[in-house]
Amino acid sequence: MVKEFKRPDGRKVDEIREMKAKVGVVPNADGSAMFQFGETIAIAAVYGPKEMHPQHEQDPEKGVLRCTYNMMSFSVADRIRPGPSRRSQEISKITEWALSPVVMLENFPNTVVDVHIYILQANASTRCAGINAAAMALAHAGVPMKDLVTSVSIGKLNKTLVVDLNKDEEDWEEGEGATDIPITMTSTGEKITHIQLDGKISVKQLKESIELARKASKKIYEVQKSALKNSMEEEQ
Amino acid sequence: MSENQRKIVIPGEVIVSGEDYLPGEGTEKRGENIVAIRYGLAEEQNKLIKVIPLSGVYEPRRGNVVIGRVENLTFNGWIIDIGSAVNGFLPILEVPKYINKNDLAEIMDIGDMVIAKVWSVKRKGIDLSLKSRGLGKVEEGIIIKINSKRVPRVIGKEGSMVSMIKEKTNCNITVGQNGLIWIKGDRIEDELLAKKAILFVAEKSYVNGLTDKVKEWFEEISLEDGKTVKKGGKK
Repeated sequence: MVKEFKRPDGRKVDEIREMKAKVGVVPNADGSAMFQFGETIAIAAVYGPKEMHPQHEQDPEKGVLRCTYNMMSFSVADRIRPGPSRRSQEISKITEWALSPVVMLENFPNTVVDVHIYILQANASTRCAGINAAAMALAHAGVPMKDLVTSVSIGKLNKTLVVDLNKDEEDWEEGEGATDIPITMTSTGEKITHIQLDGKISVKQLKESIELARKASKKIYEVQKSALKNSMEEEQ
Repeated sequence: MSENQRKIVIPGEVIVSGEDYLPGEGTEKRGENIVAIRYGLAEEQNKLIKVIPLSGVYEPRRGNVVIGRVENLTFNGWIIDIGSAVNGFLPILEVPKYINKNDLAEIMDIGDMVIAKVWSVKRKGIDLSLKSRGLGKVEEGIIIKINSKRVPRVIGKEGSMVSMIKEKTNCNITVGQNGLIWIKGDRIEDELLAKKAILFVAEKSYVNGLTDKVKEWFEEISLEDGKTVKKGGKK
């Protein structure tokens, strides 16, 4: 039976929700950015490089990247308790690992670059939106970087691979259920800096989903690029 | 990319490719390509490609005049926050007069503002000095802050902008390379006018022919002032 797979919100399987990006949203920060996937909105603010406190966490070889991810208490339908939780600590760490291969802090020993990510509104893929915003905010803060990173979540709903999951799809229960794979890669799609997998998937389909992510990341990169370039053109 | 033409680049973007170009500041060579590693304006000079960053924290250079705030006292000097990644250090020996080691706080205490020169930038820290003209503790006047990357526009070509503002407002202005600016005039109105002018320049920092624009701006301001004076007179 060959039947076109129908997603709950009527998107095509490789269609990303409408994306919006903007830099310079937090005037007091050294660099900041907003990134939006449909109803998922993340803002990131970057402070530094600045002196690292507590001192024992300083690295005399290079600067340290420190990320904090948090969801606003009003970001989901049921109010969530603000402050660090098991989940937000994990995502903070994941964001750090996804970004650290591209930031070049060799010339800033004993310093820290603080990245604060807040989710204003959540409808799945928050970590991906957060990483996208953080990458733009780091560039906006003038931190030397090898490349920008783009992040997208690939999902397997029963047996079909789809790009950019939303909440309804994340809770898919038919057939094999849902598998969620957030992937972060460099702008060219050459290198993967972060991949997570929640669920079951065959090796063949995993390879396919990486290909899908590569295609999607090109579109996301264009959005990030034009946001950064436009903000400077406006000033000129 | 032709000579002197600027273009906005983002990290990871290929600026030019070809073996004839040399990678300068803010760029990196990857294979044949010269790639930007910072967000800013790419510029070419004699086949040397560099990226001028337009945002981010202040990066100290040797010889820069900076304005900082005393953060702490040590047994042989002051630790001064100049807005860079690491704090600056001003040793007693770099102050051009005799100081008793026990009286450090009498010369400069925590919270005092000081104009200093960057003496050396090393991996372990930044050393400051007061051994030059016009340096020392700030006793009066006002200090304002702008983004350090916009300082070159406030100074202008060979100081043209800052000297014009000085002339028009009768204020003494010291521009720190870290974005802090000290204004000292005889009247508080003059100081506030100078502050307004500098903030205007910083905001419009990418407009072409800025010096003329600021001149016009000053004329407008003086006209407005004239009107208010007249109104006041009628009353």
